[in-house]
Amino acid sequence: MPASFDDFFFTYQALIYGVGVNGLLALSMYVVLAIGQLSLGQAAFMGIGAYVSALLTVKLDAPFAVALGAGMLAPALAAAIIGVPTLRLSGVYLALATIGLGEVLRIFYLNSETAGGALGLPGIPQQGGAWLIYLCLALALFVFMAIGRSRIGRAMEAMREDETAASVMGVNVPLYRFGALVASAVLAGLAGALSADVSSFIGPNEYGFDQAVTILSYALLGGIGSPFGPVFGAIILTLLPELLRPLHDFRFVVNGLIIVIAVLYMPRGLLAWRFRRIGPVGEARP
Amino acid sequence: MTAAPLLAVEGLNVRFGGVTAIEELDLAVAEGTVHGLIGPNGAGKTTAFNVISGILRPTSGSIQLAGQPIGRLPPYRRTALGLARTFQNIRMFQDMTVLENVMTGRHVRTGGAVPSILLRGGSFRHAEKEAAAKALALLSLAGLEGAEYRRAGDLSYGDQRRVEIARALASDPKIVLMDEPAAGMNPAETRALTALLQTLKTRGFTILLVEHDMHFIMGLCDRITVLNFGIKIAEGAPAEVRSNPQVIEAYLGAKVAHSLAGRS
Amino acid sequence: MLAQQLANGIVAGSTYALFALGFTLMFGVLRVINLTYGFYFSAGAFLALYLTAAGAPVWFALPLASILIGFGAILLDAVLLTRLRRARAPELASLMVTLGATLFLYSAATAIFGTDIRRFPPAVFAGGAFEIAGVRLTLSQFLIVATAAGSVAVLLFVMQGTRIGLAIRALAENSDATQLMGVNAGAVMRLVSFISGSLGALAGVLVGLNYNAIQPYMGEAMMLKGFAVIILGGLGDIRGALIAGLAVGLLESLTAGYAASTWKDAVGFVLLVLTLWVRPAGLFGRASVRRA
Repeated sequence: MPASFDDFFFTYQALIYGVGVNGLLALSMYVVLAIGQLSLGQAAFMGIGAYVSALLTVKLDAPFAVALGAGMLAPALAAAIIGVPTLRLSGVYLALATIGLGEVLRIFYLNSETAGGALGLPGIPQQGGAWLIYLCLALALFVFMAIGRSRIGRAMEAMREDETAASVMGVNVPLYRFGALVASAVLAGLAGALSADVSSFIGPNEYGFDQAVTILSYALLGGIGSPFGPVFGAIILTLLPELLRPLHDFRFVVNGLIIVIAVLYMPRGLLAWRFRRIGPVGEARP
Repeated sequence: MTAAPLLAVEGLNVRFGGVTAIEELDLAVAEGTVHGLIGPNGAGKTTAFNVISGILRPTSGSIQLAGQPIGRLPPYRRTALGLARTFQNIRMFQDMTVLENVMTGRHVRTGGAVPSILLRGGSFRHAEKEAAAKALALLSLAGLEGAEYRRAGDLSYGDQRRVEIARALASDPKIVLMDEPAAGMNPAETRALTALLQTLKTRGFTILLVEHDMHFIMGLCDRITVLNFGIKIAEGAPAEVRSNPQVIEAYLGAKVAHSLAGRS
Repeated sequence: MLAQQLANGIVAGSTYALFALGFTLMFGVLRVINLTYGFYFSAGAFLALYLTAAGAPVWFALPLASILIGFGAILLDAVLLTRLRRARAPELASLMVTLGATLFLYSAATAIFGTDIRRFPPAVFAGGAFEIAGVRLTLSQFLIVATAAGSVAVLLFVMQGTRIGLAIRALAENSDATQLMGVNAGAVMRLVSFISGSLGALAGVLVGLNYNAIQPYMGEAMMLKGFAVIILGGLGDIRGALIAGLAVGLLESLTAGYAASTWKDAVGFVLLVLTLWVRPAGLFGRASVRRA
């Protein structure tokens, strides 16, 4: 009896962590999609965040805050290196440049003794917990809603609709692209660091192509009218495979299918609600 | 002594591959005037607009706004310096409301730094209120009260055009480039638009106007430049341009031009 | 030793070039980043495997697999992309939908076929190896180089010297005007899909034969290198695909020979990022890639 209780809580806990982490990842995809761009580097950035924070903690006994901070900064740097040249180019370039990042980094992790090679990095002590993950998620949602209801939110949506027109309206498109890319990397890195923190072990095969595309499926399923959409998509796509066994085994197949259906038939996603992009102006509303 | 033009285009050339879209164009728009840019289809008018607003890079030539060279600047920097435009095919942000569209037009003049935004601080609130007030005033001027919170894409064509004009005016521009604002409008809408532009003119706005509706152009413009196949073929007051044989030929063909010349 | 490295590099590079050709053609003409392209590579290899296992002679199975996948490409395009094209959706939409389809197809294939590496039946390897000036080349390696070179030559000829090639180029330049001139855009696009898909499949077949290691995700690894090749060569440029392909192949081979072989797969990505920083249009791309 005790054994099965432990098993139950063990699975339950992992799910709670998973939903929170995937919610953060969904937001990291959201910020890029919200300006009409496509970056597929979130899984790779997550991996960088995970490895950097885990290594700092395990090998250098760094304080938790430092490890988390580095886990957010390192991916931001990587994002800048890949992304800066694409700021004035067609969005296709960013997409192509980021798809391959995860796979290239996997080679790096596999060949690095420090990072544990193919066996991964074990023995990561847990210093945070579910509370920290969900606190970060809530904070991120708050920040997105606050920023959304301002000139920044208007500029972002304008860019998504029509980047050229937005530019003519005065939106500094390259700057916003840079901001979104860095924000995306920071969020994904945070997700990676937090997930490494609660899982005691990380390996090189968790941050590749399949995961990157899965994160996209969260956002497209939920819809990008508001940051709640992608989080909602993440919740569904994390919980559903746990409830439906067959779905679990075929979850990548399902995720791929969801993307196809969403793009072709459901461009607004499930949560088609769009929040207003105006701050407190005290005007009468109909 | 004439004052320096507000917008000065000199020696503009635009070539793509083997096609010359614009050749050696000089254009000067004086402050406070409505300047028309006309010509048959394909004459290069929208291309000229695209170059002036920064969407297209010219092969050579210079562009100055209030004496400042803007030819190397990206579109958003030109807007900050006082340039605004509307588009031939109405590029409205469809899913945003009318008010949000116009407030976006005011992006470069809206203050509020990120910390203030996050904390909902005073400077942010003030900036939003000011931007909204300005946008509402412009919408009122354009005759669109009541439509502020509607989804922009749901409006009629004529209404969307007027939203676009309000949006262009939102940045307090020095000059507004309007690309065929009356296109696709019925007579009632055109009258409303003419009235709006007349109001703007009386208020001292500078407008560079591309339009095919001759009545519209002749009634509003102080000065007109005529393009054909990318080359300026005439320039002057409406009366002069209207009776210019080369202009008539460009629009109606040589035969008609000759027959008209023969009759006068 | 160096000569062998260079020869290996040229062989690998020819694979990349052959693979990139179809992909760059798709983008150049259809303005579509079709990520399912990598899947054609895997599918070609698998199909050839089954055909030879079913008894078909190699020289028949190879082109047949390639042609069949070409038709498959037309079908997949119709399902995924026609709707988007009609709605004039942004390029990123086609990227996303083909991305989703890729994940779907690869994971479905893995679910059905498993991740085990499969091999051609030994009887297939009749041809021996050549030795030229101290460099050893197997028949399949030679075939790869010859096919790549031949394909480039044929494609260039078709594009520059035939009416259909003119139609393709015109369509790439200005779809509306070309259709107004009477060109059947749908038919031309299907042709391009077919050529593109069969080139990808052909590359898969030849690589499968050469390395004799076939598994569902092989196209994905190839795809990622393909990105580097087409960006380095210039999106949409045929010569670029060849030259960039060879360049990547040679650099990889030299890296494996003189640095560590484990890093060779990162070479493509590094080149991609460098290209973006130095000259985003690539070697042969139009310099108007930047916006104002």
